[in-house]
Amino acid sequence: MKRYLALCCCVLGLLLNPALNPAFAEADQPHSVTSTEPSPEAVVGRSPKVQMLLIELTEKSLNKAVPVLEKLEQSGGEAMLPLFRTMLGGNLYFIKASRQVVALVETASGDAFADVFTGQALPDVAKKQTKKIRVNNRLRGYLRDAIARIQLSSSDPFAREKAVRNLLSELDQPTIEAIQSARVNEPNTAVQEMMDLALAMHKLTNAALAVDQLEAIEALSGSLESEVRNLLARVSESENYEPAVNKAAASALVKIQDKVEFYAFIDQLFFGLSLGSVLLLAAIGLAITFGVMGVINMAHGEMIMLGAYTTYVVQLMLPNHIEYSLWLAIPLAFIVSGLMGVLIERGVIRFLHGRPLETLLATFGISLILQQLVRTIFSPLNRQVASPEWMSGSIEINPVLSLTLNRLYILAFALLVFFLLQLILKKTSLGLNVRAVSQNRNMARAMGVRSDWVDAMTFGLGSGIAGIAGVALSQLTNVGPNLGQAYIIDSFMVVVFGGVGNLLGTLVAAFSLGIANKFLEPVTGAVLASILVLVFIILFIQKRPKGLFPQKGRAAE
Amino acid sequence: MKIKKLVSGMALAMGASMVSYGALAADTIKVGVLHSLSGTMAISETTLKDTVLMMVEEQNKKGGLLGKKLEAVVVDPASNWPLFAEKARELLTKDKVDVIFGGWTSVSRKSVLPVIEELNGLMFYPVQYEGEESSKNVFYTGAAPNQQAIPAVDYLMNELGVERWVLAGTDYVYPRTTNKILEAYLKAKGVADSDIMINYTPFGHSDWQSIVSDVKKFGSKGKKTAVVSTINGDANVPFYKELGNQGISSEDIPVVAFSVGEEELSGIDTKPLVGHLAAWNYFQSVDSEANEKFITNWKTFIGNPKRVTNDPMEATYIGFNMWTQAVKKAGTTDVDAVEQAMIGQKSPNLTGGVAVMNKNHHLSKPVLIGEIQDDGQFEVVWETEGVVPGDAWSDFLPGSKDLISDWTSPIKCGNYNTVTRTCSGQNF
Repeated sequence: MKRYLALCCCVLGLLLNPALNPAFAEADQPHSVTSTEPSPEAVVGRSPKVQMLLIELTEKSLNKAVPVLEKLEQSGGEAMLPLFRTMLGGNLYFIKASRQVVALVETASGDAFADVFTGQALPDVAKKQTKKIRVNNRLRGYLRDAIARIQLSSSDPFAREKAVRNLLSELDQPTIEAIQSARVNEPNTAVQEMMDLALAMHKLTNAALAVDQLEAIEALSGSLESEVRNLLARVSESENYEPAVNKAAASALVKIQDKVEFYAFIDQLFFGLSLGSVLLLAAIGLAITFGVMGVINMAHGEMIMLGAYTTYVVQLMLPNHIEYSLWLAIPLAFIVSGLMGVLIERGVIRFLHGRPLETLLATFGISLILQQLVRTIFSPLNRQVASPEWMSGSIEINPVLSLTLNRLYILAFALLVFFLLQLILKKTSLGLNVRAVSQNRNMARAMGVRSDWVDAMTFGLGSGIAGIAGVALSQLTNVGPNLGQAYIIDSFMVVVFGGVGNLLGTLVAAFSLGIANKFLEPVTGAVLASILVLVFIILFIQKRPKGLFPQKGRAAE
Repeated sequence: MKIKKLVSGMALAMGASMVSYGALAADTIKVGVLHSLSGTMAISETTLKDTVLMMVEEQNKKGGLLGKKLEAVVVDPASNWPLFAEKARELLTKDKVDVIFGGWTSVSRKSVLPVIEELNGLMFYPVQYEGEESSKNVFYTGAAPNQQAIPAVDYLMNELGVERWVLAGTDYVYPRTTNKILEAYLKAKGVADSDIMINYTPFGHSDWQSIVSDVKKFGSKGKKTAVVSTINGDANVPFYKELGNQGISSEDIPVVAFSVGEEELSGIDTKPLVGHLAAWNYFQSVDSEANEKFITNWKTFIGNPKRVTNDPMEATYIGFNMWTQAVKKAGTTDVDAVEQAMIGQKSPNLTGGVAVMNKNHHLSKPVLIGEIQDDGQFEVVWETEGVVPGDAWSDFLPGSKDLISDWTSPIKCGNYNTVTRTCSGQNF
């Protein structure tokens, strides 16, 4: 085992080693500014022209700020990067009296101000003397483009590639010239391709000869960038081009469209799997308490809710360790919800054994009590559970397909929980006892199995798993007193559809319902999609009352 | 036996408490508060209950009204729409309140309407809503569509150059009507059918993956795209989260929301939301003396320096102030007299300027567009030049184009047809 782990680490290390990976190989070029005083930024920043423009910036209204920024970009160039970045982040202020532009920086002792260009701290400036330079979306858009233009000469190949991609929507003459000059010295192939794409797009719109245009279309075909698709669509319909060019653009577009549709299908499949994984997590605990024990537990949703609140409390206790909070929350949520489950089983359910109607009502009452308890302790307002950094954002596979990370992790996590549970039921003595009791209680007791104890443990296990589901759900949805209610119906649906008493059935049911839902949704809308799924299940249950995977043989009764 | 005893004991106790209520009632003016304190809407409505209580307390400090003290009667309709009607009846017949402040969702208002008209009560409704209604017994201090949705769309169209529109909403009456009005408005402005995408989701929707990815696809056609969101309640949190996760920033596709305010943002991580927009008549961040005072009073009253203020609170504040003025002017709390005295009442807005109650029971108020900041507050990026008078009946829907509401003589009608010159007789 250890040897495998070590091997894995080695492979990972190799992959991540910049020297051995061509995509990163050029990252270390010395591009950055040396730290001799004064830095070029500071020199440009103090030049009278820039100073004048900066004062102008503090006086202009939001709508008139773009021309000033343009002038700043022209006269300052690379030196304006810190200014633009500060402004983009909304941290640019000016001192009311002197109209000097300053940057707001967060320090350990609170907010402080610093020089925009040198970063030198300005301890004398108090927040009261300053006013914020407001930014709106239009300015943010401009700033982002400007930063991209400047960053064409960044030392990081990813930044360069991103810069070119950002510029695809704004290919005017100066931008093209900047790209052309950067292309000559560009060492990274990925960035080269992106730059060639931009140049080809420019060529297609501006070249006079049909031959050149066709050549450009050739270069563009196969690209999945939405700007390329839009351009080709325009060209294919435009009368300014020769029919041959129209046709070439149209056929290139069809080729791209096929690819896009293929990726859209994969995207939808992923959405379906992800919804399925959420359903699986919510339902798998119920599959044990309802499926194996036969207890209709209406408080199952509240077990999920308790798990989510446990995550919240963990983050509250460890505000500086959000990154690791989930790892701690998972076992804790299992314990909290599991103990609550044991408590419910010992306190209520065991007295109602064999009376499903009373069990249903009693557990429904418990669910209301738990909800109100949470309302009293934590307030009826939703609580904020932060997502760790490693769970935010997405993996971009290509311009039309990106998988969101939180969903990806939860999908993997749901499968992991499923297999662990299978392992517990199949390989441990607890699992053996659980299966024995669920198949024939009296016989199991005759063999010396403590059926009371097994009931409590099973219920605890099911509830604990629900708690773990709560941890995962806290990353996707609101953590509030009503969290559980949103999932209880879905959970029952999955368990009944999959076949009571069958974990594999739950897995298949969860994923097929998730995928069906997601493929229906674009056609019918979210509301109708869930109605259709429900109607389908009702019809299905009419035809096969025991679900997808009915229990066979003596266990069935 | 035991249980019987308990029940009779409880009944006795309740009876006793009611008697004491009755004894108190003689020399106070009663203010009914009909906001959900439990259930899904408790999140938003509890705040408004507290606002009314604060206003009552302040008024009592000033010596009450007409020489009497004000007394708040709080009931809990529990986010249960039929219960709103029952509780309204209880307030009017049993507690004999002189005015009711209440309601949030349109369905709760619709449920109260028949009761309040039958018993001739008086209600102040403080939330933005879809219009297409005007009752003699209700004053609407929140925004009508032309005070929120239409200016927001104008802003996107003129200032940001938006050409493609996603109208996303929760599936109930307010988003459906608002989107119908917006669709008609956009088409009147020459937007093609294919440039409008409409989407509805259930209450509390949490799986936004495919909708957000559809929006992304819809927005990748080369024209500037924006989302006009009438998504209500806590479904907003996963929606914005998904936008952030799929890498849609506010510069690419801005989202302008009509139901997301400071209170809603106070519970969530606002990082992925920065730059998205909201349209309201009030923002906590607006710098004015009246606003500063209101915020300080609120924080002291509630005993929590972190609590925020929001638009429906301002609407409650304006409504309450106008009501006290109208009662003073009428010299009585009689509903008909106060209703007539209300029309033309002026009250300063918290954001500056003066709100006026119009003949159609709607306010004239300024409209502000704000961008969400990372501290959960809004930065005002645009505002209307003057005040916008609330329009009960939209000018962009075929059925309501010709209707106006005017509660002064000689029309005295909530849905007067200016073409046929008739009042349909239906009161709302």
